[in-house]
Amino acid sequence: MSGLMQYILTGLSQGGLYALVGLGFVLIYNVTGIINFVQGEFVMLGAMLAIAYQHLGLPLPLVILFTVLTVALIGGGLEIVSIRPAKNATPLTLIIITIGLSMVLRGVALVVWGTDPVVMQPFSNAGPVKILGGSLMPQEFYILGATVLVVCLLYVFLDHTVMGKAFRACVINKLGASLMGIDPRRMSTLAFALGAGIGAIGGVVFAPTLASYDMGVALGVKGFIAAVLGGLTSVPGVILSGFIVGIGESFGTAFVSSGYKDGITLLVLLLVLLFRPQGLFGIYGSKRV
Amino acid sequence: MKKRIIGFLLVALITGSVLSGCSNSASNTSNSASNTSKPAEKADFVIGAVFDITGNSSSLGIPERDSVQMLVDDTNAKGGINGHRIKLVMLDNKSTESESALAIKRLIEQDKVLAIIGASSSGPSMAMVPIAQEQKVPLVSAAASIKIIEPAADRKWVFKTAQNDALVASRVVKYLKSKNFNNVAFMLVNSTFGESGLAEFKKVADQEKINIVSTQKFEASDTNMTAQLTKIKDSKPDAIIVWATPPSASNVAKGFKQLGLTIPQIQSHGIGNKTFIDQAGDSSNGVVFPIGKLLVAEGLPESDSQKSVLTQYAKDYEAKYGPRSTFGGHGYDAMNMVIAALKKAGDNPSRELVRDQLEQLKDFKGISGVFNMSASDHNGLKEDALVMVKIVDNKWTYLKD
Repeated sequence: MSGLMQYILTGLSQGGLYALVGLGFVLIYNVTGIINFVQGEFVMLGAMLAIAYQHLGLPLPLVILFTVLTVALIGGGLEIVSIRPAKNATPLTLIIITIGLSMVLRGVALVVWGTDPVVMQPFSNAGPVKILGGSLMPQEFYILGATVLVVCLLYVFLDHTVMGKAFRACVINKLGASLMGIDPRRMSTLAFALGAGIGAIGGVVFAPTLASYDMGVALGVKGFIAAVLGGLTSVPGVILSGFIVGIGESFGTAFVSSGYKDGITLLVLLLVLLFRPQGLFGIYGSKRV
Repeated sequence: MKKRIIGFLLVALITGSVLSGCSNSASNTSNSASNTSKPAEKADFVIGAVFDITGNSSSLGIPERDSVQMLVDDTNAKGGINGHRIKLVMLDNKSTESESALAIKRLIEQDKVLAIIGASSSGPSMAMVPIAQEQKVPLVSAAASIKIIEPAADRKWVFKTAQNDALVASRVVKYLKSKNFNNVAFMLVNSTFGESGLAEFKKVADQEKINIVSTQKFEASDTNMTAQLTKIKDSKPDAIIVWATPPSASNVAKGFKQLGLTIPQIQSHGIGNKTFIDQAGDSSNGVVFPIGKLLVAEGLPESDSQKSVLTQYAKDYEAKYGPRSTFGGHGYDAMNMVIAALKKAGDNPSRELVRDQLEQLKDFKGISGVFNMSASDHNGLKEDALVMVKIVDNKWTYLKD
């Protein structure tokens, strides 16, 4: 029984991270129709920059703030220099551009930070917390907390600010929105900046576990799976799917073998796509945030 | 339009610089002979090196790269080997088997090397073994698995400097016996290193009547091992043996602390570098592991025949690169053996001659132990090459058992 609880807790903390990465995919896909494969690298940048800022001696809140701002700027900047000039290209071309960008970022990180995996100082030095026979490190609460916080902030932004409403208008009807004076190009940049910022938050809270220049690939794939499983367009869907992937992995490790856990996740994804192509929570043919 | 052009230029610039950066790191040729104004009178000796400089085993490969570079620079500065300068061609295998195989082929066919050292970990080393055998080129690996040099009949050209898994396994079992731990759980990384460790441990444990009550695997890239540790906890072992390298080994130690386990944690020689302590932090305290004497060189008794070699290497390395690493020692030994063999091989050494000299090395005081090579033993180390070390207050301390 204590084992069962531990697998669930472990899965939840991993799943929170996947949900954050997946959320970035969903935001950008909704506005631009692009699957943004740079998402995993945004997480990597978040983790590596957080460690770099910490080495400068900044206090934790500033580290988090600067990291998220820097990565959001990078995200927006990349959109302006690479996606915007190619705006008439097909979505497939744009997706390939994002794959290229992810390689560039990985390469830059390799040159700047080297290959050694590093870890950040944990946010708190408190010992593990016991919950119903399982235990979690304080850092894992930060991951879960960050997921909840991001979802709340996103909700406030999208539902209660003018810019957020413009953003949603673009999702619902691009042409209509531009007739109302909303510039879809600005919204696309905003989506990239937001997605990058959310990825960076994931990176910061994961940095005390492990950070390396190539961590983005695996996280990107997991986040992508969560996004597709959740139907690619639904925010609640991707959050739930993130947790499903995390818990599935944890049980897969416990009861089958850790070598097969990625295989199990992909198998679940295939089955879902076969029987429910719109994803677990997607509504076929519709878009919403 | 202007903006677009600037944008494309920016991207092109970034891509270009990254690509050139990559190619630099992939192939690092050092030829100090060309830097000197006076041309060397005698021909250079070309030696190849393949290490896991990037990728999952980079914590092994980087200190090896640095140690070998240091030794080569030092030897050349002192006039080379009998007047011949060493030309070192170092390649990165990215911790993969396929890149290792490509690298050794390049060294043999393109660079025409006399001998090759590497790779850092067992899998990539195994990928190089059949090529070295087939092409008849002496290969000195810095990795642990005994499969690299056994069966001896099929490994005529292959040597290695790291202590055999069998040696390490019997050292661990000796420790378990002294503590009266008879039921143990075994955790291993899913790689050649982990599998070989388990196989060797099983052999010795069976003889000594130690039961393995639970076996759990994890992947080298895994970051959370609490699921495996929870299963192990349920099997109630006297001690847990962990056979892995950082970062996964560090994450096991972290999971240990998270679950509040109090079972003695014995790790392998795979954590013999500062990276483990850096990554695991306070979770590393209390971990016991078998390792060569380098980590606790200063604490060794004066009578130890390796002590002066060890302290000298540690001093030189730490002055240049930072904290010492056992793996750096493995790389250093590999290069040093090739140099020792070349010293005896005359002015016109062949690959065959270098191999024969390697096999005849006796009482060679290295970093990883005192080597006595023979036709049937291409490692040449005994169990006394290893000591047990305990991590206390984030530092290595010599453990008397």
